[in-house]
Formats: sequence, structure tokens, C-alpha cells
Amino acid sequence: MTSMLSQTPLYDWHASHGARMVDFALWSMPVQYASIVAEHNATRNAVGLFDVSHMGRFRFNGPDFEQFLDRIVTRRVAGMRPGQIRYALVTNDDGGILDDVLIYHLRDNRGQLYYQLVVNASNRQKIWDWLEAHRGHGGVGFCDSTVETAMIAVQGPRALEIVRPLSTVDPAKLRYYTGSETEFSGTSGTISRTGYTGEDGCELIVAASAAMEIWEKLFAAAAAVGGTAAGLGCRDTLRLEAGMPLYGHELNEEINPFQAGLGYAVDLENRTFPGCDALLKLRDNKSLPRRVGWELVGKRVPREGYPVFSAGEQVGRVTSGTFSPTLNKPIAMGYIRGDLTAPGTEVAIDIRSHHELARSVRLPFYRRTS
Amino acid sequence: MQPQELLYAKTHEWVHVDRDKAGQKIATVGISHFAVEALTDLVYIELPEVGRNVKVGESLGEVESVKAVSDLYSPVGGEIVEVNGSLPGRLEQLHDDPCGAGWIVKIKMADESGLSELLDYKAYQKQCAEEGH
Repeated sequence: MTSMLSQTPLYDWHASHGARMVDFALWSMPVQYASIVAEHNATRNAVGLFDVSHMGRFRFNGPDFEQFLDRIVTRRVAGMRPGQIRYALVTNDDGGILDDVLIYHLRDNRGQLYYQLVVNASNRQKIWDWLEAHRGHGGVGFCDSTVETAMIAVQGPRALEIVRPLSTVDPAKLRYYTGSETEFSGTSGTISRTGYTGEDGCELIVAASAAMEIWEKLFAAAAAVGGTAAGLGCRDTLRLEAGMPLYGHELNEEINPFQAGLGYAVDLENRTFPGCDALLKLRDNKSLPRRVGWELVGKRVPREGYPVFSAGEQVGRVTSGTFSPTLNKPIAMGYIRGDLTAPGTEVAIDIRSHHELARSVRLPFYRRTS
Repeated sequence: MQPQELLYAKTHEWVHVDRDKAGQKIATVGISHFAVEALTDLVYIELPEVGRNVKVGESLGEVESVKAVSDLYSPVGGEIVEVNGSLPGRLEQLHDDPCGAGWIVKIKMADESGLSELLDYKAYQKQCAEEGH
């Protein structure tokens, strides 16, 4: 089976640095090198390096891309300025979430404007097919650049300082959710002030052939300031603390963006995209379950799928749970009946037949201070 | 205790059988270094109650890590006569000394049938190598 899995350009590095590899969305990815908690804390306190090359990357060159993407995603694409990056959703005709994506509007090193969509690895084929089905017969040309590039997330309070000497564009000069073409050690690539950890930091996209050299340089620089390579295990604990949803857990085709607390990523005024009409009706529907966060009083850890009770009745379900290394207590996200979302609401999470007290909290669980 | 002197369940518990002053066979049970390494980042252990009777293969409690939860299975049958009450407050003992200070329960054996299913150190090492890291 292993031979069926895709490997990122950094696979050999992971394997030779003690990573435990797991099958994730048909990619062989490092889940941890030594300890999830150590990698988590290194990212919160210094810097963590993440190979996120499995994320799908679609590139749009051509005259119709702005209008085309504007008619696909929940966020307005028309009017995006070069350098801007937007978080958005792709929804089906019923308003259910097909994926959550980042849209980049960048200028390449020849001055040509282009768009890029970064999609979840698990949805790469589905979104590709969705784009194909909606392209019509127009001249929209786009390509999947996932395997010819690598993507590296550098996250944490020391992230920008270790990237700065390697990039012609100073990441500190980029505002949050903007990006730019740059050069890393003479190789062109893109840099963006984005991430999925709740920390400051940036993400780099480079040619696959240049990835190892850049990663090695970043790793040496990270190690010198107390940072480390970090796997998908702590990527999950970090994003959970930051209250960020993960597709396949908090998001799926049965969930609409408003339930998920992602109304800010939906522009409905004067828009046309799949699900637009359905979402207009769903916007004010308070009867559906809503996404919330819970903190637990005990030590048992809630996991995906565990039922949530109030007054003896099942009222919700856990979609992600972990022991929070930063807060030193179990935390979870999940969906609950609309009248039980207020912060402080007490519920019982059924953890393998033990009903454990949990309290709703305002997301995120963790917010960085600087 | 040295890892080489212990018997191992396929589910990664170790067992050491001794006799108490009255001549009763007492099984001390813990989890192997391999299991602790595989779990990593332990956050919680649930111990059984003293006095409870357990059957071979029955759950003795659970060990929780950041990533997942694992059941502890009893390799022998009998009455739980002692639990290591220091573990919940000092989980690092499981990592630092899994076959010594990290012991989990002592069971007064009533059913020894489980013992024949256990692996010696060499056979257990082989199983671990096959499971890989």
C-alpha cells in the first residue's frame, strides 16, 4: 500500500529525521518527529517548520479567471488587489461546504497577474472536478501545480526572522493575508503571511526541486532559535487551540458556512455562485446546530464522534478533541443545538461512558499576545 | 525489574509473577517501553479499583495521549490487590521506568490460563520490530 501514497519533495528528509509517517489523504506525511507536545510548544514559543506540500495548489492563468473564480467561491474575488489573499469556501447548490480554500491574487516575476487556489489535500480531486464542471466552454485555463511545487509553513514568534535572510522580500513587510513573488536563495517562489496555527508566520511555495535546500536552511535557522520541524500531529493541536475548523471534521457537505461560524467568509450581496440562493435562506436559520468550543474540567480527552448531552438528552457531537498543550486541559470543538451555544453553557460529553462536565467557551481557545 | 525477565502480551502489557508472604501468586502488570514510545505525550491514566476481579483480556483502565486513547488489557485473571497510585500525578514514570516505578497494578492470580499466551522478551522484541515505529 505504501507505494500507492504520494511523497512530498521532503519525504527523504522526514524519513531520515525519525518522523513517524502516516497516510493522510493519499500522501505519506510526518505526524511527529519525536513529541507532539514538544513540537507544539516549539511553534508557540519559537518556530515550527511544517511540510504542507500535500495541500492542493491550482493556478489560474488567463483572461477570465477573475470572473470565473468569483462565480465559484463564497467570497468576492472581483476587486481583489494584487498581493491579496482571501479565505473562502466552495459550496454546493444546497450551501453545503465542499471545501475551505485560500485564494491568492499575485503577480509573477514577469509581471503577469494570476490567481491561485490552495485547497485541502483530501478535496483536491473533488474541487478540480467541480472547477472543470463549471468552466463551461470559455477560455479559462488552469492547472494543478501541486506536485511540481512544495509548500512550507514557517510558524511561530521567530518565524519571520528566520525567513528574512533567505527571501528577497522581507516577510515582515507583508501584511497579514497578503503575499508576494520572491526569491529564496536564487530560486523564485511565493511567500505569504498566512498559516494554520494561530501564530504569526508565513508560508512558502517553491519549485519541488529547490524544496530540500530551502528546508535544510530553514531547519538550521529554526534550530538555532529553539525551533524544530513539526508534524501533522501538532498542526492539529495548534489549529484546534486557534479555533480553526478542519475539513472532514468541523466542515463537510452537510454543514453550511453559517453553522460553522464562517459567515464572515460569505459575501451574498450581488453575487452568483453555487449555493448562493440556498445560503440567502440559511443565513438567518437558527434551528440548525452550531459550531462551538468546549473546555473540560476533568482529564479525560473528548474525541471525534463523542456525543454531547444536556438534561439527559443528546444535543450535539464532538468533531475534534485533544489535550491542549498550551492550556493544559482537554478541549474540543463540535456542533450543538442552537440554544446551547452561549459561552459558559454546561454540557456533558460522553467519553467512553463517563459523562464529563464541559463548558462552552468563545473561540479561539488560544489567542497570541503579540 | 529488567525487561528481559518479563513476559509480554501482544497488546504490549508486561507481567511479572511473584509470590506474596502467604504464597499466593501475584502478577505485577505494566506497559512496555515500546508502548510508551508509541503513545508519546501521555496526559492521563485511569486506574482500576482495588478489590475488583478481572478476567483475562478484560480492560484494566486506559492510557490517554494527546493523539489517542488506549485500553490496558489484563494479561491474567484475578483480584486487583494494589494499584500504583502515584502514576496519575507522575505520568513520566511510565516513560522513565516502565518496568519499575511505572508499574500499574498487582493482581492476585485466580486464572493463570493467560500466561501461556504471553511472549518472552525475545519473541516480544520480534513482534515490536514487525510493528515498526
